Parts: sequence; C-alpha cells; structure tokens
Amino acid sequence: MMNKRLKEKAGFGALAVLTFLAVVPVLAIIGYLVWQGWPALTWEFLTQPPRKFLTEGGIYPAIIGTLALTVGTIMVAMPLGIGTAIYLVEYAGENVFNKLIRIAIINLAGVPSVVYGLFGMGMFVLTLGLGRSLAAGALTLGILTLPIIISTAEEALLAVPDNYRYASLALGATKWQTVRRVVLPVALPAILTGTILGIGRAAGETAPIMFTAAVVYTPRLPDSIYDQVMALPYHLYAISTEVPNVSQHMAFGAALVLLAIVGAMNLVAVVIRTRMRLKRLR
Amino acid sequence: METRLSNYYEKGIKYFFGLIAGTSILLLFLIFSLLFREGLGVFSNVGVMDFILGTRWLPVSETPFFGALPMIIGSIIVTLGAGMLAIPAGIGIAVYLAEVAPRSVREVAKAVIELLAGIPSVVYGFLGLTVLAPVIKDLLNLPSALTAFTAALVLAIMALPTVVSISEDALDAVPRDYREASLALGATKWETTVKIVLPSARSGLMAASMLGLGRAIGETMAVLMVAGNAMIIPHSIFDPVRTITASIAAEMGETVQGGLHYQALFGLGVVLFTITFVINLITDLIFTRTSSVKRGTSL
Repeated sequence: MMNKRLKEKAGFGALAVLTFLAVVPVLAIIGYLVWQGWPALTWEFLTQPPRKFLTEGGIYPAIIGTLALTVGTIMVAMPLGIGTAIYLVEYAGENVFNKLIRIAIINLAGVPSVVYGLFGMGMFVLTLGLGRSLAAGALTLGILTLPIIISTAEEALLAVPDNYRYASLALGATKWQTVRRVVLPVALPAILTGTILGIGRAAGETAPIMFTAAVVYTPRLPDSIYDQVMALPYHLYAISTEVPNVSQHMAFGAALVLLAIVGAMNLVAVVIRTRMRLKRLR
Repeated sequence: METRLSNYYEKGIKYFFGLIAGTSILLLFLIFSLLFREGLGVFSNVGVMDFILGTRWLPVSETPFFGALPMIIGSIIVTLGAGMLAIPAGIGIAVYLAEVAPRSVREVAKAVIELLAGIPSVVYGFLGLTVLAPVIKDLLNLPSALTAFTAALVLAIMALPTVVSISEDALDAVPRDYREASLALGATKWETTVKIVLPSARSGLMAASMLGLGRAIGETMAVLMVAGNAMIIPHSIFDPVRTITASIAAEMGETVQGGLHYQALFGLGVVLFTITFVINLITDLIFTRTSSVKRGTSL
C-alpha cells in the first residue's frame, strides 16, 4: 500500500516538475525580451522612420504598415467568416455541399502560412496584377485568418439558445429577421472575441506578407491600397538576419513593440469575453 | 402577394449566405490548382522522382540542379525532433493540469498557454537566434548552435500550446464514471490516470500529437532563423539543416516569374501542401472515429 502511494506521489510530482520546467524558462525568456526591449522604446523610436540602413531612427512606418494590413485583413476576413458561419449554423441542412464546406475549412486551417504566401503571390500579386501591395497582403492574410474566424463565429452562434429563435419565429418574424435582430446581437461579443484573436494571429505573420506586401525599407507611409509597406514582423526578421550592423537593442525594441500590438489585441478579446461572462452571471 | 415577395427575399438571403460559405471551397480549390499550375513546370522539366529524391539543390548555377531531398529530410528531422520533445511534454502537462492541478493553477496555466500560442513565430525565431542559440552553443560546446537541434527545440516550444490544449480537452472528455469506478475498486489516482484515463483518451491524444506535428512542419520563420540553412543532408541532429518552408521563404524573393527556379519553389509548395494534407486527413480520421473531442481550427 505504501509503495502504491509513493508511486502516485512520484508520478504526479514528476508531472508538476515537468510543467514547471516547460513553462518557466519560456516565460523567463519573454521577460528577458521585455527587459532588453524596454530601453529602446523612446518617442523617436516609435514616431520616426528608420535611418542609415535601418541601423538608427525608429520603426514608425513598420507600425503603420502592420496596422494598415490588420485593418485590411479585418475587412476581408470578417464579412466572409461571419457570413459563412451564419450559413453553416442558421441555414445549412445536412447535404453534400455543407460537408464539402466543412472539409474545405478544416483543410484551409491546416495549410502552412508560407503556402498562403505562395498562393497570395501567384494569385494576387501576379495573376490579378495587384503587385506587391497592401491589398495583396491583406487578401492573403484575410484568407489565412478565415478558418479561425469561421470556427469561432460558428461556436458563438451555436451558443445562442434555440428558444430565442423559436420565440422570434413564433411572433411572426421571418428567418432573416430572427437572425439579424435576435441571434446576431446575442452572439456578437463572442464573434468579436474570436475575430480579434484571429486577427491578432494575422498581425504577427511574416511568411504570407514577405512576397505579397512587405518591403525591407520604405520611408513613405501607404497612400493607397496599391502601395507596398513596411511591416513589423518582416522588419524584425530583416534586422535580425539580413541587415548588417543593427544593434541588439533596436531588434529587441521592435520585437517588444510587435509583441505589445499582438498582446493588446489578445487583451481586448479577453476583456470582451470576461465582461460577457460577468453580464451572464448578473 | 406581399408574402410571396418576402419569400423570395428570404430565399435570396439564404442563397447569398450559401454563396459566401462556398468561398471556402473555391479558395481551397484555387490554392491547390495555382500551386500545381505554377509548379508543374519543374515536375515535367526535372522529373518528379529527380525532384523529390535528388540530393543537389543548385538553383542559380550554370547548370541548375533541383533536388529537394535535403530539404525534405531537413523538414522531417526538425519536425520529428520537435514532436519527440513536445508530444510527451505536452501530454504530461495536460495530465497534470486536467487530473491533479488545483483549479487556480489550471486557470493561470490556461491563460499562459493561450498567451504563448499568440506569440508570432518571427518573435520565437528572434528569441531562438539571440537568446537560446548562444546558450546552447556554450552548453554543448558546438561551433554554431544554428542546427536541427535548436530548430527542433524552438518548434517544440511553439507546438506545445497546441498539444497541451487539445490533449487537455481529450482528457476532460473522459467520463467521470470511469475514474470513479476505478477509484472505487481501490486503484490509486495515479493507477487510474495511467491505466484508465490515458487509454480512454488515446485517440484524442493522438489527434493532439498530429496537430502538433502539422503545426511544426508548416512553421517557417522560426526555422528559417535558427536551423542554420545548410543545403546538405545532415548526419546528426547537430548539423545545420534547411527545411522546405525555409527554402521557399528565403529564395522566393530572388526568382523570376515563370522561371525554373520560381517553378521549383512552387513545386516545393506542392510537396508541403501534400504532406500537410495527408497529416490533416489522418487527424481527421482519428477525430471522426471519436466524436468525444471537438475539432478546433484555431490552436
């Protein structure tokens, strides 16, 4: 009996140690990034374009480029993603077309981001002639994000109790009136949470934009959707590998800003979700 | 009259959403056909077998060679290495969180895992390059730490959130009755976990592992930055390697549209797409065999 207890203690103890060993160093490294990057975050760094082959100055055009790409991604992915989810949850019955849609979404979710980059280049940059541009990058990132948005929006719609739908229909509302006035408002916070999480993922992607939108250096801010842009993830890649003589603290600074932008999006999503939970409790 | 009109309106809306939903099918088809269209040239010019099994990749030399084997092996080594680290660790962590950890630890750990999953891969690559690689170099006394081993380690860290969260869902899905029946028969909690819970959750855990591997093989920026990028067939895990994804990312900028090099990179895209497609298919078969775990597309 003693032996059994000892074995149990040892087994679970080992797992606790494993968890600790896996999580703590990773958190420590991220802490190190914050510690190293913090001094670089001056006003100049955040509001000026880079100078002297990216070795001095700031990252302002890269921040703006990433924000512009993010807005574009939302405009592509959100209507398509939410529309698809509405169809799957509210309208679709069980037939071959719907099964095909589900299979397609699952497979799209598994396509590596660099393959999306290849596709975006072949399709938007070359075939459609958009060139290396904000538009091509946003379309590529939008497609990449689509499966995440569809699946979270679907979950949000499924979470709306059927009683709401029946009540609305019983009052004489049509299907569409029910979806628009009853189901969507209830599901909206959860849909937004999922969308923001998906967009946050897209904002940090590098491979899909490196052949479709981003350039190593341009001091100009984008005027139109046909302009090429600097983008933070690609900037971080470039200064830490390809561009010579960039000081460590500039790179840590860029990494920290990227992490902060992605982290801020995640935070917004979590805040919306928490408020939603509290509301439900009330 | 009015009801008929609104009937048409309602029908129209249904078809409108159906059309939007159909975009996903169209997109998958477009990705598939565009990769093949652009990559076809290399398969007919070089030959499928010579492309996949060729050992020399000299895309810009006088007489170019397009043998992708070093990269295919590179991708496989790095992915399997990452899997050997991330799968046992991920399942172990999931068992700890699902079976023993107090509620507060579990909530915090879930938040941390979500945070880690959201970190961009280029940041992982940057940290691997500037923080991890120098430490590994000193620790193992290597000439350079930009090797398959370092890449596998970074990929394992990146795949860990996927493996942990899906494994945890799988463990949660095991009915409580199973545990209680085992405990009532006098088994300890550890025996119950090892002999009852883990076997019951087996297919969910397998799916978690497959998704982790799928995530690792498609990963680009981190391996591009830390794997060393040597176009050779590695002899040990401490040799530098170059993966399929890294080659596409590194070389696409230098190619001319329609040229053989351009086609060869799309050919690599076809190979990669096929590998992930198969991984997806296997995962899917596992998932449909057990409906206990819901398939998520995000993590």
